[in-house]
Amino acid sequence: METLMILLIGVLIAVATYLILSKNLIRVILGTAVLSHAVHLLILTIAGVKKGNVPLLKEADAPYTDALPQALILTAIVISFAVTAFVLVLAYRTYQSNGIDDLDGLRGPENE
Amino acid sequence: MNNIVVLPLILPIMLGVLLVFLRPYVKTQRVISLLTMAAIAVVSMIMLGRIQEDGIMRIDFGGWKPPFGILFVADSFAVLLVLTTSIVTAICLLYAFSSIGEKRENMFFYPFVLLLVAGVNGSFLTGDIFNLFVCFEVMLLASYVLITLGGEKAQLRESLKYVLINVLASWFFLVALAYLYGTLGTLNMAHLAERVAEAGQDPILTTIALLFLVVFALKAGLLLFFWLPGSYSVPPTVVAALFGALLTKVGIYALFRMFTLIFIHQPEVTHLLINGMAGVTIFAGCLGALAYKDVRQIVAYNVVIAVGFVLIGLGVSTEAALQGAIYYLMHDMIAKAMLFLLAGTMIYLTGEKRFDKMSGLIRNYPMFGWMFFIVMVSLAGIPPLSGFVGKVLIGQGLIETSSYVLLALAFISSVVVLYSLLRIFLNAIFGETIISIEDEKPLPKGMLAPIVLFAICTIALGFGAEGLSSYVSDAANTLANPSIYIDAVLSGK
Repeated sequence: METLMILLIGVLIAVATYLILSKNLIRVILGTAVLSHAVHLLILTIAGVKKGNVPLLKEADAPYTDALPQALILTAIVISFAVTAFVLVLAYRTYQSNGIDDLDGLRGPENE
Repeated sequence: MNNIVVLPLILPIMLGVLLVFLRPYVKTQRVISLLTMAAIAVVSMIMLGRIQEDGIMRIDFGGWKPPFGILFVADSFAVLLVLTTSIVTAICLLYAFSSIGEKRENMFFYPFVLLLVAGVNGSFLTGDIFNLFVCFEVMLLASYVLITLGGEKAQLRESLKYVLINVLASWFFLVALAYLYGTLGTLNMAHLAERVAEAGQDPILTTIALLFLVVFALKAGLLLFFWLPGSYSVPPTVVAALFGALLTKVGIYALFRMFTLIFIHQPEVTHLLINGMAGVTIFAGCLGALAYKDVRQIVAYNVVIAVGFVLIGLGVSTEAALQGAIYYLMHDMIAKAMLFLLAGTMIYLTGEKRFDKMSGLIRNYPMFGWMFFIVMVSLAGIPPLSGFVGKVLIGQGLIETSSYVLLALAFISSVVVLYSLLRIFLNAIFGETIISIEDEKPLPKGMLAPIVLFAICTIALGFGAEGLSSYVSDAANTLANPSIYIDAVLSGK
C-alpha cells in the first residue's frame, strides 16, 4: 500500500511540476494545488498507513494508529485551500487590470 | 501563571478580528491598533524581566505536557525580537496614519497589519515546528493581502510572483516536516533536538536539515533572494517598511532556531554551507545596491546585504558572534524600517524614483536630510549608533574562528552600504535644490515624526547597548547552549 502511495505521490509531483513550469497562470495555480495534495499524501504515507486500532482510549485496544499526521494534514489542507482561493482571486484581478494571464507578460518594468 | 506568553499572539488576532467589524470607524481602528502594539511592547518587557529572574517561560496549550502538546516557549532571543517587532510596527503605524490613504484604510489595512504581527510573534514564540509552519502561513497570508492592497498594476504583477514563490517555499516546508516526522516521530523542537542528539545526525537528518535550510533561506532572502527586490519595491511605503523590517527577520529567526538547537551536530556541512551562502548573499547584495539608481531597489538590496551579515553570525556560531547577530537583528529591524520610510518619503516629495533626478532636498527639508544622514551612518556601523555593536561582535566571532575571508567580505560590505547610501545622500539630499518654493510639497509632520522616532530608537539602541547586554547575553547563552532550552521545555515543571 505504502509503495503504491509513494508512486502516486511521484506521479502527482511530476504532474504538478509540469503544470508549474508552464506559462499560463491558471495552470501554475492548479500546479500548486496538485503539489499540495502530493505533500498531504506524503505526510500520511511517511508516518505509516494504519498500523493499529482507532486511537480511542477504552474503546479500542492498543496498539493505536498515530492520529497526529491526520491532524497535520487537516491543518495543511485548510491552509492550502485558503491560499489557493486567494491566488485564484489575485490572478483574476491581475488579468483584469493587466489584461494578461501569461507569466511572460508579467515580467517587469519594461512592460509598463 | 505563564499565560502572559500567549498574549503577543492572541492580542493582535482578537483585536484584528474585532477591527474587521469596525470598518467605518477609521479613527477607532487607528487607536486600537496602536494601543495593541504598545500593549505587546509592555508585555514583552515584563516577559524579559521574568526570564531574567526565573529562566525560560513556556505555556503548554490545553495542559498537554511536552512533547505531546503544542507549546509556546519564550526565551530572551524570541522576546527581544517580539519587543522590537512591536516597537517597529507601532512607529510604522504612525507613519501609515498620514500616508496610507483612505482607500486602503477602508479596506482593512489595520486588521491585516495586526494579523501580520500575530503571525510574526507566533513564529518567534512557538516551540513546535508544525506550529511554526502555521504561524508562517498566518504571517504570509496577511502579507499577501498587504502587498496586493490597493490593486495597482505593478503591485498585482509583482505580488503574484511573491505569492507563488512563497507557496512553493511553504510546500518545501511541509515536505521537510513530513520527512522530519517520519524520521524522528516528534514535532516539538526541544524533543527533536534531544532525539537528534541521541540518535546522532546521520546523513538522512542532514539532508532534512538542508531541506529546511532551503525553505528558510527562501523566506529570509539568504542566497535565494531573487524575489525580494521586485516585491519589496511595489507596495506602499509603510507596507514595504514593515516587510523589510519583519518578514525576512522571521526567516532568519527560524534559521537560528533550527541550526543552534536541532541540527548542530554536523557544522562542517550545514554551518559551512550557511557561511558560504551568506558570503555570496552579501556579495550579490552589494552588486545590486551599487547597480541601481532607483532608490527603492537600492534599499531592497540593502536588506539582502543585512541578511547575509546576520547569518554569518549564525555560520560561525561562537557566543560573541551570536550576541552580535542578535544586536544586529534588532538594529536592522529599526534601521531598515527607517530607511524604507525615508526612501518612500523621498519618492513622495519629489515624485521621482531615481536619485539622480532629485537634488538638494536638505535645503527644502533640513530635518529630513539629517535623518537620512543618521540612518546612513547607523547602517554603516559607525559608533555610537546601533549598527556598531553588532558589527564589532560578529567581527570578533569571525576572528575567533579565523574566518578571515568572511571577515573581509563582511566589513567591505559595510563600506559598500555606506557608499550606496552616500550616493543617494550626495545626489538627492545635498546639492543644488531643484524644487522651487512654489512647487515645494509640504512634508507632513505625521510622516517626519515616525522617522525621527526611528532615529531616536537607533541612537538609543546604540547608547543603550550596555543596558540591553544582560538580555542579549542571556539570549546568546541560550542559543550557544541548547541544553538550557531543552531542559526548560522537557523538565516538565
